[in-house]
Amino acid sequence: MNIVVLVKQVPDSGTERQLDSSDNTVARASADNVINEMDEYAIEEALTVKESQGGEVTVLTVGPDGATDAIRKALSMGADKAVHVTDPAIHGSCAVQTSAVIAAALSQLEYDLVICGAESTDGRVSVMPALLSERLGIPHLSGARKLTVDGSTLKVERQTDGGFWALEAQTPAIVSTWDTINEPRYPSFKGIMAAKKKPVETKSLADLGVDAGSVGLATATSQVLDFAGRPPKGEGVKVTDEGDGAEKLVGYLASQKIV
Amino acid sequence: MAEVLVLVETAPDGSGVRKTTLEALTAARVLGEPSAVVLGAPGTAAGVKDALAEYGAARVLVGESEDIDAYLVAPKAEVLAQLVADRSPAAVVIPSTPEGKEIAGRLAIKTGSGFLTDVTEIAADGTATQVAFAGGTIVHARVTTGTPIYTLRGNSVAPEAAPGAAEEETVAVSVSDAAKQTRVVDRVVEQKSDRPDLTEAAIVVSGGRGVASAENFSVIEGLADSLGAAVGASRAAVDSGFYPHSFQVGQTGKTVSPQLYIAVGISGAIQHRAGMQTSKSIVAVNKDPEAPIFELADFGVVGDLNTVVPAATEQITARK
Repeated sequence: MNIVVLVKQVPDSGTERQLDSSDNTVARASADNVINEMDEYAIEEALTVKESQGGEVTVLTVGPDGATDAIRKALSMGADKAVHVTDPAIHGSCAVQTSAVIAAALSQLEYDLVICGAESTDGRVSVMPALLSERLGIPHLSGARKLTVDGSTLKVERQTDGGFWALEAQTPAIVSTWDTINEPRYPSFKGIMAAKKKPVETKSLADLGVDAGSVGLATATSQVLDFAGRPPKGEGVKVTDEGDGAEKLVGYLASQKIV
Repeated sequence: MAEVLVLVETAPDGSGVRKTTLEALTAARVLGEPSAVVLGAPGTAAGVKDALAEYGAARVLVGESEDIDAYLVAPKAEVLAQLVADRSPAAVVIPSTPEGKEIAGRLAIKTGSGFLTDVTEIAADGTATQVAFAGGTIVHARVTTGTPIYTLRGNSVAPEAAPGAAEEETVAVSVSDAAKQTRVVDRVVEQKSDRPDLTEAAIVVSGGRGVASAENFSVIEGLADSLGAAVGASRAAVDSGFYPHSFQVGQTGKTVSPQLYIAVGISGAIQHRAGMQTSKSIVAVNKDPEAPIFELADFGVVGDLNTVVPAATEQITARK
């Protein structure tokens, strides 16, 4: 079973992140960039499926040159090879445009299964797999907390509030995963060394047959007009419990007409 | 007046519409006259029409078919795309649930449109407000292509009643094979709860690592129940196995925006703030006076949650 894992490099969600005031896009150059956390679960799931079914795991990413760090992480975990789509024209693309680029790249690969994280921690739009499903005409099994491969049948437990939906579809298909699905492995020293020798193919928009004018800020389907930091909250009240903490807390709730 | 399509989210137990639907109808009214779109298995529309009329639906477009229930997301997107093609609405507003976002994305591709997810406000000129990066950045954005599609974040807009005619129209539903690829075999409920839904609740009480054990989450549940609140948990608490993942608030969990958020034994890492920073009022209880959660809190108590919280619960119950 050949699997493609979609990986995105994002500004570290544990740091203060910014938009770039020159064009209102995510400030990536100045950020501490890491692999999108949710993607590590997707990589782990792909490796698990490969271990039981055989085949190859290919990492696919779209992003600036620095995104090679995310690719190396995926390869060091055990993925076999990678495709890095990079082109200055892609900068500022909206999700609709980006999905056209990823779909074009996927169309040049042989896959039975595409796995990706359910959301990225930068935009949190969390629709890329749905967009790709729509563009490629393949089923989407979304929000998986469990994936079972039975021949060409895929079974997924889609996580819902207080339970799950049991989903079924045939390959080729795209599965999006939550962080409840597994526990990602740490790259071993051997894995890190091996990753340096694994093939990474770089592709431009021209290589994918995508018109550079159809992507990027100028033709994006949505536009950020302006942004501002959230106005700082007024100084709150902080009390230390000296046996009266609960009383003061309830007093505050009463002052807010909550109790 | 321009028509705005509003996708109705019904309660999973068939008890009517979700509050998110009333919020979406309210938000849509600034753009035009809302038409509520009810998509589901036969019988779905019967129990929801009155609520839709009360919140300003001029029309109720009913598309019912077993196929909508039997297959994931794609059939709803297909029917909505047909309605957009037939009726050329000014916009489409959808509650911002995981399913709602998937529908919005598919609809955007089908109709050649742009979309904005998790908007917290829509202005009359179509400009939407979004909150980015752990709630720290407020963004204004607009759709520049096709029919604007918005998903509206829960608890962002207060539902306001306004009478609507709710004239019913039947929508012919014929789901293509392309939209019948992912079958919903079963819908399983594992935890039944009488508490309000986390993303809809007016008050949320969340516990963190400081709660120290799964058993001790009863302290959090006790306070929540005294206030009629939902229960949440920080990632640290979920990763430690204290509380199930579906209650996680933060970067890789739910984003909540209640009137009041009470953080108990939660330090307030950026990843947690991502899920609760837009709450109207924030209360924190933590034994560490330096915990970053106090920077956000309107009211903070430095103290042991195991003494402060049960005592507060008792006092709140006594006031009733």
